[in-house]
Amino acid sequence: MRAGRRRARDVLEEHLARVEEREPRIHAFNLVLADAARAAADAVDASDDKGPLAGVPVALKDNMCTRGVPTTCSSRILEDWRPPYDATVVARVRAAGGVVIGKTNLDEFAMGSSTENSAFGPTRNPHDLGRVPGGSSGGSAAAVAARLAPLALGSDTGGSIRQPAALCGVVGVKPTYGAVSRYGLVAFASSLDQIGPFAESVDDAALFLDAIWDHDPCDSTSLAGARPSLDSGSDVRGLRIGVIDEMVTGDGIEPAVRAAVSAAADGLASAGAKVDTVSLPSTQYGISAYYLIAPAEASSNLARYDGVRYGLRVDADDVALMNAATRDAGFGAEVKRRIMLGTYALSAGYYDAFYGQAQRVRTLIIRDFARAYERFDALLAPTSPTVAFEIGSKTADPLAMYLCDVCTVPVNLTGQPGMSVPFGASDGGLPIGVQVIAPALGEAVMFRVGRALEQLAPEAAPA
Amino acid sequence: MSDYETVIGLEVHVELATASKLFCGCPNEFGVEPNTNVCPVCLGLPGSLPVLNEKAVEYALRVAEALHLHVPERSVFSRKNYFYPDMPKNYQTSQYDLPFAIDGFIEVDGARIGITRAHLEEDTGKTSHMGGAGRIHGADFSLVDYNRAGVPLLEIVSEPDIRSSDQAKRYVDELRLTLLAVGVSDVKMEEGSMRVDANVSVRPSGSPELGTRAEIKNLNSLRSLVRAIEYEGERQWALVQAGEPVVQETRHWDEASGRTISGRSKEEAHDYRYFPEPDLVPVAPTEEMRAHVRATMPELPAARRARYVREWSIKEEDARILVDVPGLGEYAERAIASLDGGGTAKDVVNWVRQDVLAYVNETGLSPAVLSPEMLAELVALVSAGTISRNQAKDVLDESLREEKWPRDIVEVKGLAQVSDESSLTSAIDAVLAANPGFLEEYRAADDKARKKKRGFIMGEVMKALQGQGNAQVLNRLLDDRLGS
Amino acid sequence: MHVARLARLALSDDEIASLTKELGAILDHAAQVSALDTHAVEPTAHPLPLVNVLRPDEARPGLARDEVLAAAPAAEDGRFRVPRILGEAP
Ligand SMILES: [Mg+2]
Ligand SMILES: [Zn+2]
Repeated sequence: MRAGRRRARDVLEEHLARVEEREPRIHAFNLVLADAARAAADAVDASDDKGPLAGVPVALKDNMCTRGVPTTCSSRILEDWRPPYDATVVARVRAAGGVVIGKTNLDEFAMGSSTENSAFGPTRNPHDLGRVPGGSSGGSAAAVAARLAPLALGSDTGGSIRQPAALCGVVGVKPTYGAVSRYGLVAFASSLDQIGPFAESVDDAALFLDAIWDHDPCDSTSLAGARPSLDSGSDVRGLRIGVIDEMVTGDGIEPAVRAAVSAAADGLASAGAKVDTVSLPSTQYGISAYYLIAPAEASSNLARYDGVRYGLRVDADDVALMNAATRDAGFGAEVKRRIMLGTYALSAGYYDAFYGQAQRVRTLIIRDFARAYERFDALLAPTSPTVAFEIGSKTADPLAMYLCDVCTVPVNLTGQPGMSVPFGASDGGLPIGVQVIAPALGEAVMFRVGRALEQLAPEAAPA
Repeated sequence: MSDYETVIGLEVHVELATASKLFCGCPNEFGVEPNTNVCPVCLGLPGSLPVLNEKAVEYALRVAEALHLHVPERSVFSRKNYFYPDMPKNYQTSQYDLPFAIDGFIEVDGARIGITRAHLEEDTGKTSHMGGAGRIHGADFSLVDYNRAGVPLLEIVSEPDIRSSDQAKRYVDELRLTLLAVGVSDVKMEEGSMRVDANVSVRPSGSPELGTRAEIKNLNSLRSLVRAIEYEGERQWALVQAGEPVVQETRHWDEASGRTISGRSKEEAHDYRYFPEPDLVPVAPTEEMRAHVRATMPELPAARRARYVREWSIKEEDARILVDVPGLGEYAERAIASLDGGGTAKDVVNWVRQDVLAYVNETGLSPAVLSPEMLAELVALVSAGTISRNQAKDVLDESLREEKWPRDIVEVKGLAQVSDESSLTSAIDAVLAANPGFLEEYRAADDKARKKKRGFIMGEVMKALQGQGNAQVLNRLLDDRLGS
Repeated sequence: MHVARLARLALSDDEIASLTKELGAILDHAAQVSALDTHAVEPTAHPLPLVNVLRPDEARPGLARDEVLAAAPAAEDGRFRVPRILGEAP
């Protein structure tokens, strides 16, 4: 994808042609911005000032604000909303020469692990159209996997970049919390949300992340100060790598996934890393803590959709009835479920037992990881317990769907970076992802291990 | 009248006079066109995030210092969740279990009123109710303006240490003066930059127990605060005496009917579901910030009153007026500083608290536009006996209105008094010469008649002097001459 | 349903029935956290240990009112229009 050699417009047309051909079956996009992308590509071609993403088509998850362009979060409640401003990350992409090609589908408000919770219909996995691409950033993962865009942005609250990356056979990175500005990212769970890249290769993901990583004075939780070098090579000799025991041996981890992680561990060992297993007992409570904290924050973040200032309104006789009718009509089942769950977890009499306790468990998980990093430079785990599952197979059982995030949520709860690198496939040819986790701001070592895994991985199946 | 005591705690919301709002750069202005000071942050648009205004932190520190509050190492913002259309996010970013400042007090007329806490939070927008006479009840629909949404508020919560409506008023007065002095707010109740809610309960006099309290809202002036507390005290005591329970609830003051009205809605009690605001980080005022605030603290009203009494030998009551009226004390200080030997600080204060204050009240002008040097000159003229006090009143009036120097007015109008003893003595001599036999008659008369006769002669002498004789000196000379 | 009222959701009877069942199962699972001994463990509200992120007190123009109100479901006289409000703010 390295730009400069080819005309941006030619690169774009190639991708638009593939969109034309494949998008009707995959439904990766809520909106394809062909005209605006052509204008942006032409502007890049006419400019001497080539940024690091010059002329590269970039797909944006449709929960990132784009000025004057619909930003729906795949929700009826924001179906017609056009933000009056660009998210900071979108401005960064444009400033780096990236060509925004479209807005990708997601689980409504990023709540889900399959992209089936979109008000505009599910996205399909390019490797098997009967299966989900994962979620919630399923549209972005599928767009990169189907080569509709070489780069895409997602947001990861409990695994929403890494899990679809694994299920679609692409690279997906959740950086350290605070690395990429959240200003203009429609909030799901503020203390967990983080934007990150999808790419076909680890190098591309590193280049992309480098272009969007910046301190933003508009985001109080944005990191200032020194940032790691992502151009960290692939030499793992001497690195101490811990394989998280609970995540490999736990219930519900498919044998093929377990085998892939152990093959990856063996590969790293043969490349010179010191590999051992490590136990992080508190991470078993990650899902429970996560499914209290994230809905609690979400219940508050989504209170603003009330039919008063923007978005959908369903009229009613008084303002409270109007709010309730609007929210009932505008939100899908999963969003309502989480709002209810979060409201309950914060309500009087339950706060201490649920939300308060979850915050304490969060501390325990942080301590477990801190202890692990006394002995290890990076950790290895599955990204998803399973390969891509069939569309509709988990929609009736919310808890089963939540368990998809078992290996990814601890990383969000602690704020550390994690990435998913494709590593082999199931017997049925479905991609498997292996997760690399590093301490906060440990992206240099994380990318190094990621590159090594990419080199060690068995030949990938084309989408 | 039954023997009960009203127990009052006040919650005061003060809008901080920052240039921009608490969490965004929108101008913090009162009275501009609706929805012209709004941005993604204060409109709660999806994706927007708050960033705390450093000036609001400094102002909160100033208030904490003035109210003897302890500022913990760190405070945390929390979300207070409830639905209301004037609140763009349907939660208010406020502070809850870890407030900005705790445990302070303010002295009110010698009594110490405890201050429980002071915390930072954002203001809401404004709703206007259309139809139904502009009241919320009976309105057809409402219109919302978010200019005020996100304006920084400091909520100052007192202990239930207040015992009467009058003391409540005095507390608010003192708090207002203190906040004005530290320069953090214009504290105008009528413009809503200071809003007061009262927690009121009653108990038999002398009882140590607290009764069930009602929170009274919608108090738009000091007058309504006083009336509402009195009404509510009587209402609750009547309930207690009738053996009925007082309900813990929010009540709204209705100025027109002079009553408090229950604000209970059909909805069950509110459950604000506070939790730490994940979009903001804790505030931990540094030693540098604290030192800067301490170094720039102005003199507070109580200290100023004490200084005036001490240095100028004036009454506490006069000192209070000088401090209460904005600018008046400063005016007096400058006038006193420019006194040049003639007259005392006390003289200046007498002029200031009577004539200058009357002029200020009449014209609505700020004392700041008057020249204190002119008053100092006037006081010196009176002190030197150049003009009488009565003349001085006219001179001052003209001086204030036309910005003329008193000395010039006196000169132009030929007002200067005759105080020179030899001139006055010859005037007396001339009048006595014109009334032969007066001295004998005077000496023969009884006290009552003497008084009358003396008045006659005094009048004749003044007439001869065209009213410009210095009455004080004249009296003395006349006494000598009449030998009394 | 108290929680639905707090969350301001007008749920149908069917929705309430299925949500009650699902939330029950989810909360049972979530209740695992209660089993852990966490006394003497401080809660973590935020992954970053940042403090004092402040911005200078500088006013700058916000959005154009026309653009803001164009997004509103109903606007009138420069303001957002809402149906009647039944109670005072709490
Ligand atoms: Mg308040
Ligand atoms: Zn604003």
